[in-house]
Amino acid sequence: MMQMMEELSARQEKTRKQDGQSKEPELIDRNELASAPLTEEQEIYKENILDHYKHPRNNSIPEHPHIVRHGHNPLCGDEMTIYGVVKTSTKAEEWSLSFTGHGCAISQAAASLLTEELQRKSSAEIKSWDEEKMMALLGIPISPVRRKCALLALKTVQQGVAVWHLK
Amino acid sequence: MAAGLTSETQEISGEELVAARTKKVGLAAAQDFPLLSRQSNGKPFRYLDNSATSQKPRAVIEAMSSYYGSFNANVHRGIYRIAQEATLEYEKAHDVVAQFIGGQAEEVIFTRGTTDSLNLLAFSLAKQLREGDEILLTEMEHHSNIVPWQQVAKERKAILKYIPVSEEGTLLMEKAREMITTKTRIVSVTHISNVLGSINPVQEVASLAHEVGALLIVDAAQSIPHMPIDVTNLGCDFLAFSGHKMLGPMGIGVLWGRKQLLEDLEPYQYGGDMIREVRFDGATWNDLPWKFEAGTPNVPGALGLMKAIEYLQDIGMENIQQHTSEVTKYAQEELQKIPGLVILGPARRGPLVAFTMAGIHPHDIAELLDKENIAIRAGHHCAMPLHKKLGLGGSTRASFSIYNTKEDVDALVLGLHHVRKVFQ
Repeated sequence: MMQMMEELSARQEKTRKQDGQSKEPELIDRNELASAPLTEEQEIYKENILDHYKHPRNNSIPEHPHIVRHGHNPLCGDEMTIYGVVKTSTKAEEWSLSFTGHGCAISQAAASLLTEELQRKSSAEIKSWDEEKMMALLGIPISPVRRKCALLALKTVQQGVAVWHLK
Repeated sequence: MAAGLTSETQEISGEELVAARTKKVGLAAAQDFPLLSRQSNGKPFRYLDNSATSQKPRAVIEAMSSYYGSFNANVHRGIYRIAQEATLEYEKAHDVVAQFIGGQAEEVIFTRGTTDSLNLLAFSLAKQLREGDEILLTEMEHHSNIVPWQQVAKERKAILKYIPVSEEGTLLMEKAREMITTKTRIVSVTHISNVLGSINPVQEVASLAHEVGALLIVDAAQSIPHMPIDVTNLGCDFLAFSGHKMLGPMGIGVLWGRKQLLEDLEPYQYGGDMIREVRFDGATWNDLPWKFEAGTPNVPGALGLMKAIEYLQDIGMENIQQHTSEVTKYAQEELQKIPGLVILGPARRGPLVAFTMAGIHPHDIAELLDKENIAIRAGHHCAMPLHKKLGLGGSTRASFSIYNTKEDVDALVLGLHHVRKVFQ
């Protein structure tokens, strides 16, 4: 009860302050506050992920792709096209992957990281990837609602490879 | 340890109690909304997703639990005391809604929500449609006011048309005037767009529809929590809205319709309360509004909604509109100052602001704001066709209710500066 009272009183104090602030909006130094370092909770947007989002690797369209597979999360608006060029040898196929797309940082960074990771890998190796491996590659905490974003690239690459083998 | 007086608890003085009761968040007493005192990492909770659903005052929560705790019985059936109490209260809820929107109690049908109300209409009006009849919607409709009509159009070979939205985000009335013709049978429009915030000129659309003998349906999901609504003044034939966006519970909503039209309409579902008499070779229907309330109704929902309306009326809908409009206007002014931020929709608007930020996906904005304990909506807000027309995958939306303050807007703006910093 006491805690509730304290919270309520803190709330009222803030409301009072706010009333004052509306007359003097410069009381908050937004720039100073906005440049505070990232907290642990904001880890999800750590440098590596943002770097892949802002400067995506393998972000190109090859001239004669063997795979052109479009992936889409209609609810999020995440979209990407994965391109694959295959070199076949006696041992196994070797894939060269790239992508184009737009969407949230997680989905696009995942595509960038994955196309890098799967470069010159075989179909068997690509097929062997599971969700947990993809999460480990991202290396950030992903909440249940964002899993679809994190997995779109893997799903699209794997379906592309599977469909190519059916042809 | 035995229960008793310990140093961890303390008696609250009467003075303190009075002070706690009179504290305000926005227009509401702070203690009326238990959820708003929820904190995370010491950061106060900023709930800015009221277009999706509003928080509930204690009175609403208690009204529902008091029903289950003291007079839970099926309505319109039992002869015993609590059954009569439940029936009287449930019927009174119809009266309170009717009085709130300026209709009659027999014109108020309780549904599961706006979507259910619109589905009821689509299903029942479909039977009156012929091949080539036209149904007119707008480009800014919620999926709930598009998809039922798409299905009806398919089934009845009717033609579905959309009144376009201007660049500014308002309804193109000159197009509406061209498109509403003698072929038009149904016009169904949202009162306030849940993305653009635009307030549509419903009265004008009503006269255009009535000139050609068409029916006008208004989706009031976003407007009913925000402004006074009078069905006669609006000139609509049907009005649909949800309880949960207006401080009421989930799972209860309203379809209001003009009595004559409801009498001519076929029932939506069959069984239970909607029946007068059943023979082996047929059945007859109950009077309005019960004809459209099949099965055991959501009594606690209706009682919660009644309490929510009483709560809103205590504050006054004019006061609510003035307060949320002020907060919204302040949000527009402050958000506009953020570089790269673009607000969707016209300047004159309902209590919501949707926007985009250059190079930052709405979900990333929402996730970072959540770390600051700020709840906003990110995505297409169940209006995919509109976002597609605007060339957007989604947007970020802040929407306001009676308990929001300019301080909430300041926290949002600060949070968005932080988002920009992360993505710069």
